[in-house]
Amino acid sequence: MSMLHLVNKSPYENGNLNTASSIMNDGDVLLLIEDAVYGAVKAGKASAMLDGCKVSVLGPDLAARGISEDKLADGVDVIDYAGFVDLVEANDKVQSWL
Amino acid sequence: MSTTKKFLYINRKAPYGTIYAWEALEVVLIGAAFEQDVSVAFMDDGVFQLVKGQDTSGIGMKNFSPTYAALGDFEITKIYVEKESLEERGLTLDDLQHLVWEDEDEDWAEKDSIRLVSRAELGDVLAEQDVLFNF
Repeated sequence: MSMLHLVNKSPYENGNLNTASSIMNDGDVLLLIEDAVYGAVKAGKASAMLDGCKVSVLGPDLAARGISEDKLADGVDVIDYAGFVDLVEANDKVQSWL
Repeated sequence: MSTTKKFLYINRKAPYGTIYAWEALEVVLIGAAFEQDVSVAFMDDGVFQLVKGQDTSGIGMKNFSPTYAALGDFEITKIYVEKESLEERGLTLDDLQHLVWEDEDEDWAEKDSIRLVSRAELGDVLAEQDVLFNF
């Protein structure tokens, strides 16, 4: 049973990304959207939370915030809205960490 | 008769996740129209507001980031960016827009608006203000 974990807030503003990334099981996927995409920036302190997690980020939210893909942590997958739908479909459950 | 006060607008939120950043920008411009001594500070996630290269075409929201470049024209020449906030987020001044103003007293020489300050220095800036606005 795999779960898609959704986070939409900046890891520098609250603890949602920390909670999500530390509770994830093997086979789960973490998708960062809206302000959570800041957590995927390699040079930022928060990216350490992503170690060992399978992580995707929503490309349009990255672009809106001026983050180019070469700034991302290693292994982070950039997806579009169709890819978002694919992830929802591919996992058994979706957990939104609001 | 008029009294000029020192206004500081403190921006601590990322630009698109909430409406705070955009609202702050509107209030800053209104304040400038009343000829007050306006400064703007960016700290915590607020530093993300000034990141260059924002392209919101994919998220259906207005890209208001070009407006920051107009602050100089409204005689807003003191833009404080907190160093610790940048560093924690893996950013440097090179990642931010280059904001300038033109100095009327020096033949319209172009000068940098952004002042990189430590948290302690920003504390001093806060202390010298008459009015603080938080966004």
